[in-house]
Amino acid sequence: MSSVAAPVVPRLEHTGRVTQLRVILSEWTKLHSLRSTRWSLFAAIVLTIGLPAIFAAVTSSHWGHMGPRERADRHPLDIALAGVNLSQLAIGVLGVLVITGEYSTGMIRASFTAVPKRLPVLWAKIVVFGVVAFLLMLPSVLAAFWASQAILSKHDILQTSLSDPGVLRSVVGGAAYAMLFGIFCLALGAIVRNTAGGIATFVGVFFVIPPLLNVFPVSWQNAINPWIPNSAGRSIFQLTHGPHSLSPAGGLAIFLAYIAVAVAIAAVLLVRRDT
Amino acid sequence: MGGAATVRNVIEARALMKDYGDKRAVDGLTFTVKPGHVTGFLGPNGSGKSTTMRLILGLDRATSGDVTVNGKHYRDHKAPFHEVGALLEARSVHTGRSAYYHLLALAQTHGIGRKRVAELIDLVGLHDVARKRAGQFSLGMGQRLGIATALLGDPQTLLLDEPVNGLDPEGIHWIRNLLKSLAADGRAVFVSSHLMSEMAQTADHLIVIGRGKLIADTSVEEFVRRASGAVVRVRSPQADRLRHLIAGPAITVTSEEPGVLEVAGVTSEKVGEIAAANGIVLHELTLLQASLEEAFMELTRDDVEFKAATAA
Repeated sequence: MSSVAAPVVPRLEHTGRVTQLRVILSEWTKLHSLRSTRWSLFAAIVLTIGLPAIFAAVTSSHWGHMGPRERADRHPLDIALAGVNLSQLAIGVLGVLVITGEYSTGMIRASFTAVPKRLPVLWAKIVVFGVVAFLLMLPSVLAAFWASQAILSKHDILQTSLSDPGVLRSVVGGAAYAMLFGIFCLALGAIVRNTAGGIATFVGVFFVIPPLLNVFPVSWQNAINPWIPNSAGRSIFQLTHGPHSLSPAGGLAIFLAYIAVAVAIAAVLLVRRDT
Repeated sequence: MGGAATVRNVIEARALMKDYGDKRAVDGLTFTVKPGHVTGFLGPNGSGKSTTMRLILGLDRATSGDVTVNGKHYRDHKAPFHEVGALLEARSVHTGRSAYYHLLALAQTHGIGRKRVAELIDLVGLHDVARKRAGQFSLGMGQRLGIATALLGDPQTLLLDEPVNGLDPEGIHWIRNLLKSLAADGRAVFVSSHLMSEMAQTADHLIVIGRGKLIADTSVEEFVRRASGAVVRVRSPQADRLRHLIAGPAITVTSEEPGVLEVAGVTSEKVGEIAAANGIVLHELTLLQASLEEAFMELTRDDVEFKAATAA
């Protein structure tokens, strides 16, 4: 019976235009309604906190067997932020997926018919993903710091405090680095429009190219190394800065410049390309 | 145009052209779609229908030419969902997201609320599966979700690419009724199909393309009439005499069985008059109309890109 009656489309009382704020709300809905988001972020949190806890425990139990040089090599912040090295992978993969997931499923066509100007979608993805990544990573690195310190304090070794010079900056910097890294990966995803390609690109830029620099003479390495994205980004959260690394502010500026270039290329291609 | 009878065209394509590499997908299409009608957009698979739809929606950029919706390029509309609702042929849904969140996310771009989303989920009959991931949907459920998306903004124009694909008979019936009621509301409905029979059921007007070129832009009846060149079947005991009487330069008469003639190029009225004037008894006088399907095949025969090679 219901199949015979002509369906009546209910009228819509209010009509609103597309605004940047509305697109941001839409992107928030898109982000939290996917299982892959929840898993990636869960993995990032577990790695960020879990790894430093394990390192702290291992360091504590072996402290008695370590020589003075080995002990001097251990730094509490290296332990506290060790998780960021791994959790950035989860954040990076999610950054790529935020955009390539739409291309692989065809969702991008629905998104661009809703927002035909397209750029508001890119800005909204960056804002929503960036805010979510930072808001989850900041408590995670703080928890990692306190957890590793609590474990180390049982043996009364490697103690430091957030009020010590540079420590708070390093901890907050770890969360900021993870967020910015994710945004860089999101831009790469928007450029290559393909999940595997996006992941391969960020792995290449951040994890394959840096060790390859070792083929160059040391003087070249010292000249080039501080400026590559990986090193510039790490300067944000490294406590100590040698003669061949950028200051935290300098590293942040260079890292932001790389991100700006990647986002600009993504934006131009997004508007120009057929979907 | 002009005067009191002016009807505002909702979609206007002018010399629309689209190349992908050196392949021309859409080749100089000019057509208009008017409100209050179901306009069928017909063509064999690969003839450029979906490309044209994407050009209308600004998803692809035209190589040359132009297409506007309600007087503007789709991209320039501040609230496109209130102007045009679109169902795209290729799936345009994230497979990992539920139908509810898919609709909600799209609705939110226009400030459309949850109540509207719920209403449309009910309207298209997806209530029971709205929280399931869209990747688990059947093709028919996917089409219903697409229809709900198209109707979110209560648009005056609907663009539906192959909406009956994958639907069961009940679903097809449902779509037909929906299209008719939307047009009866005064909306413009532009619906593509490669199935002539489907268009015969729903469309008032036809835009037919083949290999990206316009073949016909006409009413359904006119299309059949023009394409078929109606044939008249006459059954008479004096068939042979009648055959000589109606013979003419533009008229062909064939006979497959004794006493039966099939005459092309003349109206049934004319045949009846000739018979009466000469005192010929007729047992049957029938206008044989080619089906819409046959008319379509006839017109697009040379334009089907991938033809099954017929053994000679």
